Amino acid sequence: MSDGNVFLIIIALLPFAGALMPGLMIRAGRTACASFTAIPTALALTMLIVLAPDVMRGEVIQYELQWLPQLGLSASFFLDGLGLLFAGMILGVGLLITLYARFYLSGEDPMGQFYTYLLLFQGAMLGIVLSDNILLLLIFWELTSLSSFLLIGYWKHLPEGRQGARMALAVTGAGGLAMIGGMLILGNIVGSYNLTDILAAGDQIKAHDWYMPALILILLGAFTKSAQFPFHFWLPHAMAAPTPVSAYLHSATMVKAGVFLMARMWPALAGTEAWFYIVASVGLITMVVGAVIALFKDDLKALLAFSTVSHLGLLTMLLGFGTDKAAIAAVFHIINHLTFKAALFMTAGIVDHETHTRDIKRLGGLSALMPITAVIGTIAALSMAGIPLFNGFISKEKMLEEAAHTVWWDNPWIIGALATLGALFSVAYSLRFIFHVFGGPVRDDYPAKPHDPPFGMWAAPALLCIPVVLIGVMPHLAEPLVNVAAGAVTGVEQNAKLKLWHGLTPALYMSIIAVIGGAILLWLHKPLDRAWIAAPRPEAKTIFDALIAAVVSLTRRMTDLLFTGEISRYLAIFVAASVALGAVAWSGGGLAAPDRAPLPVDPVVWVGWVLLVAATGAVVLMHRHRFRALVLIGIIGLMISSGFVFLSAPDLALTQISVETVTILLLLIALHFLPKETPIESGVGRRLRDGVIALVAGGGVAAVAYAFLQRNVETISDYHLANSYEGGGGTNVVNVILVDFRGYDTYGEIIVLGIAGLIIFAVMEALLNGPAGRRLRNMELSQDRSRDRHPLMMVVATRVMMPIALMVGIYIFLRGHNQPGGGFVSGLVVSIALLMQYMASGFAWTQNRQRIEYHTLIGWGVIIAGLTGAGAWLAGKPFLTSAFGYVHWPPIEEFELATAMLFDLGVFLAVLGAVMLMLYSLSRLARHAGETVNVEPMDYDPVERQDKREGEA
Amino acid sequence: MEMIVASAVGVLTAGGVYLVLRLRAFPVILGLAMLSYAVNVFLFAAGKLTTNMPPILSKYGEATYTDPLPQALVLTAIVISFGMTAVLVMVALASFLESDSDRINLGRSENAGLPVEPGQEDAQ
Repeated sequence: MSDGNVFLIIIALLPFAGALMPGLMIRAGRTACASFTAIPTALALTMLIVLAPDVMRGEVIQYELQWLPQLGLSASFFLDGLGLLFAGMILGVGLLITLYARFYLSGEDPMGQFYTYLLLFQGAMLGIVLSDNILLLLIFWELTSLSSFLLIGYWKHLPEGRQGARMALAVTGAGGLAMIGGMLILGNIVGSYNLTDILAAGDQIKAHDWYMPALILILLGAFTKSAQFPFHFWLPHAMAAPTPVSAYLHSATMVKAGVFLMARMWPALAGTEAWFYIVASVGLITMVVGAVIALFKDDLKALLAFSTVSHLGLLTMLLGFGTDKAAIAAVFHIINHLTFKAALFMTAGIVDHETHTRDIKRLGGLSALMPITAVIGTIAALSMAGIPLFNGFISKEKMLEEAAHTVWWDNPWIIGALATLGALFSVAYSLRFIFHVFGGPVRDDYPAKPHDPPFGMWAAPALLCIPVVLIGVMPHLAEPLVNVAAGAVTGVEQNAKLKLWHGLTPALYMSIIAVIGGAILLWLHKPLDRAWIAAPRPEAKTIFDALIAAVVSLTRRMTDLLFTGEISRYLAIFVAASVALGAVAWSGGGLAAPDRAPLPVDPVVWVGWVLLVAATGAVVLMHRHRFRALVLIGIIGLMISSGFVFLSAPDLALTQISVETVTILLLLIALHFLPKETPIESGVGRRLRDGVIALVAGGGVAAVAYAFLQRNVETISDYHLANSYEGGGGTNVVNVILVDFRGYDTYGEIIVLGIAGLIIFAVMEALLNGPAGRRLRNMELSQDRSRDRHPLMMVVATRVMMPIALMVGIYIFLRGHNQPGGGFVSGLVVSIALLMQYMASGFAWTQNRQRIEYHTLIGWGVIIAGLTGAGAWLAGKPFLTSAFGYVHWPPIEEFELATAMLFDLGVFLAVLGAVMLMLYSLSRLARHAGETVNVEPMDYDPVERQDKREGEA
Repeated sequence: MEMIVASAVGVLTAGGVYLVLRLRAFPVILGLAMLSYAVNVFLFAAGKLTTNMPPILSKYGEATYTDPLPQALVLTAIVISFGMTAVLVMVALASFLESDSDRINLGRSENAGLPVEPGQEDAQ
């Protein structure tokens, strides 16, 4: 079932289990709530650290739990370098965000909800990076979309929040759907859904015909998630989320999921021309476009959002290059981007929190007022700009070096030039973040009086600044992690050396150009900004909204076209389609020649047949007269019962005839309230159409039945016949099958029947207490009544017959195991005996004498049957194994005692209770309709008497 | 005999389908009842048509029996279809009492429940 290191699955599940805590702990206060969010995260992080040394040595830790092996579904997890890197990021930043959010969220925000969503999201992300099964990965992938929807829309009162959340869900969800298709193709190519197998089968995948579709579909998923052009537009709109969410989702985790996926799938998919041209080009475009837009955004978070888009483009481009060195650069930049971008988002949040604005044009001069925040923000922004001595510089150098070496459509310089351009804009917006927010003179028109936040709020970004500087100065510290993660990406062991100084390489010159150019751009920012605002630009949100509106109106039109609310039309389509499918199946041939000798026809059978066909025709012709149709239906039922008798099925005949009786009673009661006639509504054309459909369907079914009856089929019934007596202790094989061989089915069926009875009772209860009850009380019901509503003869006869009928019921029940009969039939017979009392002596009279509630009967029936079945466990046998023995008491003949009889008793009680509850519920309608009740068992209709008295007076 | 049973099943099906396609609840219920007759007989006949061979084991020596399994299945099917008919009758009755009409088709105006157009909710 399961093997491997159990820590892995605990790490993956801890956040989900922990998600329950914050919602409860919020009652104990905000700090308690935050602490209980931190506990599962910290626990998972600890376990990860315990596992880390093995992974750093190059081992891959695995855990597998078989779930549905037939479908290739298993809960399998694995931890390699790449997984370790991402899991560490997710948990580590998760802890910092928990701390930060404790101070960021105001007292009015529902904090318990926030932390619950956060943990759900964290669990989903961990699942993605730890899954060893792509189907499992897909589930977690969709979970991140859903939980990020909750997080982005956390401030439900803000329309931007709701719209941003919806847009994020629509874009990433659509990409997720595409990815499902891609992953399924991949699984089909390899023949396994295990990631480890897929990664090992890279060559087979790349040579396969379906490589391109799989690649495109999977990339669609990755690009939408990682906000790659042209799907980048959702990310800035998702910035309506609270800043801790932005810092977590949009720097470290959610948007990196797409990058992670590309890195994960690298051995299986990368290295082809298609991969290079799609991934590298999209990444390059995204990098440049994102950087250019970022420079002109005045909202601090929008600037950071587009900067994130640009950096994700950078990572995508590097992965697209498909070389080992580029993969190393990508992994290294993932670490660096995480540290500085999360710190920057938190800084932006602090600024927003303290000054109540994020508009860069209203800020400036904050370094004097918020020195600590200014230091943190400056360090992180310098790293983002790629200035030496900060970690962003080194990974950017590596990126530029790779870009300078890469040839694109025979063009050796284009990628290098565009990458430099992107870097240049990146420097410009980073410097703008520093100078336009913290630099410049102190202003006197901030919306609030800014000062540094409490320690708890700046602790998290300050902590993130430590690796920014440490790696920036001593990059070899990151070497082991980068190498092991890059080794996992490429599938080959890596031994990269990370150095601050590479000598006078082209990358250095490109960096210098970028820094100088960026400074000049910032200097020119004012005129450029005016030109940017004046220039016409496509607004992604408008396009997106128009697209969504178009899709909605299309689906609405389709829905209106297909779903008109006309059930009879659906049914006609359903019947016609079934007939057509049947015809297709029939025309396929393959029908063996008839091999069963026909049974000779008894002349009396013809009489029954003629009666049945005539009654059916009459029902169809006269169905508008509902009472008449009901009588005719009775004839059909009778003919079918006699058919069962004739064709060696006495049990069926008994059941059919008793069911027939209660059905007719039921319909008669219903008809008391329904209209007595059906009006003519459908035209000749429609009736003709329905007639044709009916005739074709009937003909088809008759043909199938005839074909079936002419051929011998293999049957498993010989087993039942052979074992009925020895194994089940009964000679009535049908009954033994019901209570023994297929007792489970029967058990289910009595439960269904009981539920049907309860449904009817419940609907009636709701109906009588609702508006329908009032309508009912004012209803003009048929006054066509008998004077003698409880005829003396009938009352006397039914009361005399009552014990006899009960006796018959018990007799049928007792002999059921060996002769035709049993629980079903006797339940029906006894209910008919009781119903006769209701009819003859009146509802109230009978009701007064009812001792046991019908619900209780159903309950006892199911319980007795269940307990009998469970009793077999005591004997160490499977559920519903029956036992029997023979007893001999002197004066009586030897008789049999079987546990199957107890089970049959359960069936009997459930059937009796259900049937009685159904008819009783319907009859209650009459009393609500103002029908009077007899006081004496055999009295005249009080209404009639009243009329008479009024007449006399 | 086979022909007779098969044609009876066909006739019942045709009648049932025609009634099911009517516009009022009551004929539809009758149609469903007829369809369940047809289905039950069809299932039963899937065993084998025999006369005078009920599946009651004889104590007095060898005998041949008809196929008991379809009979057991049909027996419960008969009871269950009664339960379902009862639920349908109840639903039809409830809808008649609520709406004063036993039409089964919704008019276009009654066909509510379409989602709100996205953006509408936020546009206000």
